[in-house]
Amino acid sequence: MNEPLLQADGLVRHYQIRRGSRLFSQAAILRAVDGVSFALQPGRTLGLVGESGCGKTTTARLVLGLLPLTAGEIRLQGETLPQAGSARWRDLRRVMQMVYQDPLAALDRRIAVGRQVMEPLTIHAIGTPAERRDKAQAILQSVGLQGHHFDRYPHELSGGQRQRIVLARALILSPRLLVCDEPISALDVSIQAQVVNLLLDLQAQMGLAYLFISHDLRMVRQVSHEVAVMYLGRIVERGDPDRLFAAPSHPYTRALVSAIPVAHRSARQRLVLKGDPPNPVDVPTGCAFHERCPIAVARCRAETPVLRPVADGRHVACHLAA
Amino acid sequence: MMRYLAGRLLRALLTIFLVVTFAFFVLRLSGDPALLIMSVDAPPESIEAFRKSWGLDQPVWMQYLAYIGHALTGDLGNSMRDGRPAIQLVLERVPATLVITVPAFFLKIAIGVPAGIYAALHRNSFADRMTMLLSVAGFTMPSFVLALLLVLVFSVQLGWLPSSGSEGMTNAILPIVTLGAAGAAILARFTRSAMLEVLGQPYIRAASAKGLSWRRVVTEHALPNAAIPTTTIIGFMVGTLIAGAVVVESVFAWPGIGRLLVVSVANRDLAVVQTILLLVAATMVTANIIVDFLYGWIDPRMRTAPR
Amino acid sequence: MSVPLIDIRGLTVDFDAGQRVVRALHGVDLAIQGGEAVGLVGESGSGKSVTWLAALGLLGVRARIGGEVLFEGRNLVGAPAGVLEAVRGARIAMIFQDPSSSLNPVYRVGQQLVEALQLHRGMSGAAALAEAARLLDRVGIADAARRLRDYPHELSGGMNQRVMIAMALSGQPQILIADEPTTALDATIQAQILELLQEIRRDSAMALVLISHDLGVVAENTDRVCVMYAGRIVEDAPIDTIFETPAHPYTSGLLAALPDLEGPRRRLVAIPGVVPEPSNLPPGCSFAPRCPEFERACEAAVPPAIELVRGHRAACIHARSAIV
Repeated sequence: MNEPLLQADGLVRHYQIRRGSRLFSQAAILRAVDGVSFALQPGRTLGLVGESGCGKTTTARLVLGLLPLTAGEIRLQGETLPQAGSARWRDLRRVMQMVYQDPLAALDRRIAVGRQVMEPLTIHAIGTPAERRDKAQAILQSVGLQGHHFDRYPHELSGGQRQRIVLARALILSPRLLVCDEPISALDVSIQAQVVNLLLDLQAQMGLAYLFISHDLRMVRQVSHEVAVMYLGRIVERGDPDRLFAAPSHPYTRALVSAIPVAHRSARQRLVLKGDPPNPVDVPTGCAFHERCPIAVARCRAETPVLRPVADGRHVACHLAA
Repeated sequence: MMRYLAGRLLRALLTIFLVVTFAFFVLRLSGDPALLIMSVDAPPESIEAFRKSWGLDQPVWMQYLAYIGHALTGDLGNSMRDGRPAIQLVLERVPATLVITVPAFFLKIAIGVPAGIYAALHRNSFADRMTMLLSVAGFTMPSFVLALLLVLVFSVQLGWLPSSGSEGMTNAILPIVTLGAAGAAILARFTRSAMLEVLGQPYIRAASAKGLSWRRVVTEHALPNAAIPTTTIIGFMVGTLIAGAVVVESVFAWPGIGRLLVVSVANRDLAVVQTILLLVAATMVTANIIVDFLYGWIDPRMRTAPR
Repeated sequence: MSVPLIDIRGLTVDFDAGQRVVRALHGVDLAIQGGEAVGLVGESGSGKSVTWLAALGLLGVRARIGGEVLFEGRNLVGAPAGVLEAVRGARIAMIFQDPSSSLNPVYRVGQQLVEALQLHRGMSGAAALAEAARLLDRVGIADAARRLRDYPHELSGGMNQRVMIAMALSGQPQILIADEPTTALDATIQAQILELLQEIRRDSAMALVLISHDLGVVAENTDRVCVMYAGRIVEDAPIDTIFETPAHPYTSGLLAALPDLEGPRRRLVAIPGVVPEPSNLPPGCSFAPRCPEFERACEAAVPPAIELVRGHRAACIHARSAIV
């Protein structure tokens, strides 16, 4: 039985907020995540793409248990995700780890990086101090750093090296799943390739699964086995990356793909969307995208489309998708 | 918004209430007013009679309830020293305090803010370092030390100014300067930080890139932004207009609220002390509320939520 | 060859860091013709932004600028403040990376636009407001008259960038320097802004310098690209040439490190090593330690820019062999 490593069903996260001026504010609901489902098999990568406000970072935090769910269920290794902070949840940190966008912010400025890499072992009381140090050194090697980096401080390292330290720290417990939220956006272009290659190598060696969240479609295509495109808290298209990016089905995906500046655009028409990405507080009725969609019809305003399978194994949430 | 205002008022009242309660109990824990007011060799019966007449023989919590009960009707008790209503005594002294704290307040602003702005605009220059040095000296030196130093120089050595009392205008000068110094020092430092923070913002560079002269960039773009946090600090300083002069008034024998407070505490003149503390708490709390609202009003980012 | 609109010659920038002086720009030569669109590509520390901040005198007192920036018959380097202020905004306009932070938060958008109009065109009052509304409309902001009364924090990043572009246009400049104008914006908004810049160029024959770390952004929107590394221009070529026959190993390295969106998936060829610190540059060619074509001669001296064919320069001793 092919049990997915991570199973998310109908994830919903709403915030109660007040908006308007100080004088006259009204209650409103911010729908950060509004019904997201996916499954991630061991050793595979699911890429989550979208623009700001789409809910991809919130989804990451829900999956890790860092935010409580308003509705829906998350199952890790077949087991429902326990309450954050509980003993079982802390145990599960050994299975699931996270890598953030800003490596400098993720590391303690006052502690040598080697010690920070060892820290998870200390927290979970694994091995003797000598064994931990050896393990940390080994992990540093496997992320492409050298022994002498052990005693350095974060500010003494470059951006790419820091991100490797963050990776080493995440990997030292041999987790099965790594949630990466924009892990390379803060790095220089020439370093991004290094880190992406490293992630792919580690996946091959350690059988890691990745939830890879990014706004950079090209990088997502490079690392993912499956891609999900999010808009205003919902997945609008999901499928094989090569096919999805070569011939996007959902109008939003088409706009997103066409927005990527490319050297040789040939005669491909660029599809430029009108207007700004709307607020997750003001989610339109029916299809969340209908107000900016070039092909919207009356049905799109009335009825919310669900993710349905289409021709080549993809899933699309659009009334007009074939 | 109304909810917010109501909440703040409620919290303000709670604060005042807590201050008054605290003062009440602490005062009664230390020293016996009867013994302090009546002289040491008064006969025990008169001391007892004194205690009875002021209700000091009652258990503390009963005294407290009585006090609260009277306070809610506006009666804050009478002074044990001269029998007059405490509130009258206190309000009589307020103008004297204001005579020195209000000019000091303006002095702080007049010196502190320009000094801070200048220091920020000429960062790391000699002038900047001197200003910061002086400002550290200003706020670390205890006010009585500064007061005595000033008296030593201007009254004793130079004989230009009187060292105490309140007969004429010249008597006010030294107290005002003493009060103003520490505040100016703090404001200078704070204004400098606010200004430096603003000068590092991208919109300052963008304003220069537009072709504005540096003078215009500073006056039209930097200063208005730096004014926001600075105004709120100044707002807090308003809260100390009544209470901030205790030490200075004592050193200069200035007949204001501060002096009255010191004397009344020494004598355990309970009603007066409590009344003063009530007034101080009310002033500070009001200043805080005004600052909160001021901030929300002068910073456009607080006025409206992003669309 | 006509006189360039702006001619940067041997521009150097040194930063005084207290104890020592660090050179950030090592002699940049760049000429922009009127109406031309040039891209400037580089990673952190490449000097792509510093070049233009130095040209406009926006670097502050700690920067020492050398060389020449010839514009309208004058050298902007070392020019008196009055000259620079007259040039900024009115002849050379600049827009920056984070539009929401580049607008003053305590003034309404309309006030800031009117300030620019008053400065450059002597307009005021109702006439200025009308022109401000017209400019906002020109940059694609709907309901322009009402938007004038908004504060920057009430508008989205994309709209703020449009406002910045409107402000830049108010002086009717001859050249617009756009410093990473879309880096902080979402992909679909990026497309809108870049399209707007193209439209404006078509209408006004304004020259454009587009600074970015993204070769793709630059490729689509400019005719010519300069690639910068560690404070120097390492390659300067027309767009197609850069992508088809890059002459400098750094340019080829950048291209190989970028994943494609279409075609077969291939392993990215990363450039090994890291960008050197400006205070600690390697001897000779700054790219040498990371270069696949490295040989001893590379360390001997900084390679000069060689003109390979007309319009294509590269600063590498192996450059000729690359385009045989």
